[in-house]
Amino acid sequence: MIEVINVNKSFGGNPVLKDVSAKFEKGKVNLIIGQSGQGKSVLAKCMVGLHEVDTGEILYDGRDFTHLDRHERSKIRQEIGMLFQGAALFDSMTVEGNVMFPLIMFTKMTKGEMQKRVDFCLERVNLSGRNKLFPSECSGGMQKRIGIARAISMNPKYLFCDEPNSGLDPQTSILIDGLIKDITAEYQMTTVVITHDMNSVIEIGDNIIFIYKGQNWWQGNSGTIITTDNQEIGNFVYASEFMKEIRVSMQEKRR
Amino acid sequence: MRNIGKYILMLKDVFTRPNKWRVFFERLLEELIGIGINSLPIVALMSTFIGGVIALQTASNMSSPLLPAYTVGYITQSSTILEFSPTIISLILAGKIGSNIASEIGTMRVTEQIDALEIMGVNSLNFLVLPKITAAVLFFPILVIFSMALSMLGGWISLVVSNLSTTEEYVLGLRAFFDPFNIKYALTKTIVFGFLIVSVSSYYGYYVKGGSLDVGRASTQAVVSSSVTILIANFLLTQMILL
Repeated sequence: MIEVINVNKSFGGNPVLKDVSAKFEKGKVNLIIGQSGQGKSVLAKCMVGLHEVDTGEILYDGRDFTHLDRHERSKIRQEIGMLFQGAALFDSMTVEGNVMFPLIMFTKMTKGEMQKRVDFCLERVNLSGRNKLFPSECSGGMQKRIGIARAISMNPKYLFCDEPNSGLDPQTSILIDGLIKDITAEYQMTTVVITHDMNSVIEIGDNIIFIYKGQNWWQGNSGTIITTDNQEIGNFVYASEFMKEIRVSMQEKRR
Repeated sequence: MRNIGKYILMLKDVFTRPNKWRVFFERLLEELIGIGINSLPIVALMSTFIGGVIALQTASNMSSPLLPAYTVGYITQSSTILEFSPTIISLILAGKIGSNIASEIGTMRVTEQIDALEIMGVNSLNFLVLPKITAAVLFFPILVIFSMALSMLGGWISLVVSNLSTTEEYVLGLRAFFDPFNIKYALTKTIVFGFLIVSVSSYYGYYVKGGSLDVGRASTQAVVSSSVTILIANFLLTQMILL
């Protein structure tokens, strides 16, 4: 479990996160949602230590991440896998090189053991046999899947996904969402997904945190987000005409 | 001043123990090829031609019969060893290597590859920059010795082809008043310049913010700043070592 406790973060005197507290549960897909510029990416970056918090604490299974030095953080970070918005694959390495990289850096596995693990991870994301391709030779969806394979190669306890569906077609998005959900359940990871994608919210949102004006505005799940009367959530969820029509028909049914 | 402070803090992270020595040596080998071997053609081209031009210009300006004939060789030797090979070649390499390093690391920054390294628990500065600095410090002296030799060879070819001096006179000039300390001075400068080019360029690449346009700007800034630091270091080192 990851706990965020009273986190504040500002840039140049401009507060972005205001006293945010939240719990991200193990074995569940925890979503951080919200409009652009509300602070959800900053929250995620604070959680993984890419931004330092001004005040507050981030606990990984009770271990305080915020006050650790680089060396001690490195140990917790080896338990974190992250899928970046643009996949962030190392373009000088092959698919295999990318997935093998954390294993080379942090394990004492033999070459054969690493190869076995890489093949397993690539198979898990349906990319068997693509080992020798370079990231530039892969489609956006494939790059995301390679990113997932790299993220799970170290058997992480925590998985962060930053807008995993951005730039993908609806079918590939569903595939990626399914993969994240399956992997989370299979390895009992604490998964945190930052997303705008309403389909993801409905499909995989076990625990949803809505960030608005730098605050944890609302917390619920994929069932309660549809029915809540919260005005800001309503504006976010039912932003499109299509969704507004669905809302009206749902309200009529309820009557 | 803020940049200098940030640069020093960056170096603190660069000079830490690598996560895995085997990975470090693999990266070092790659950088020795990228920074060192791949720079040989441009160093060879520049050194041969400029050595030739130094010899020709010296010969064309020596109208006094009181000057001994070997003076051309002596001036070519001393200007090559003292200034051309260590400083001018380093300035040329600042353009070639500096822009390459800043754009490579800068692109990794804007495409979140550096963030990916950090989140894995890898010290990205140590992983990316230390092999580059080590390669430059190890290979720059080799490049400069190579440059010295080719520059003197270029001088000889140009003089003999132009019929301005004989081989015996030129070689006598090269050997006249030769002080091995000058080689030590040149190599010391070169090591410092190699360190400055790589570390300053890495600094601009590593802390770039924004997109491709900003990477381009960082690359230009890296070349300008490393060239300026080379000139300042050259002045200071000459004061300290030669005077």
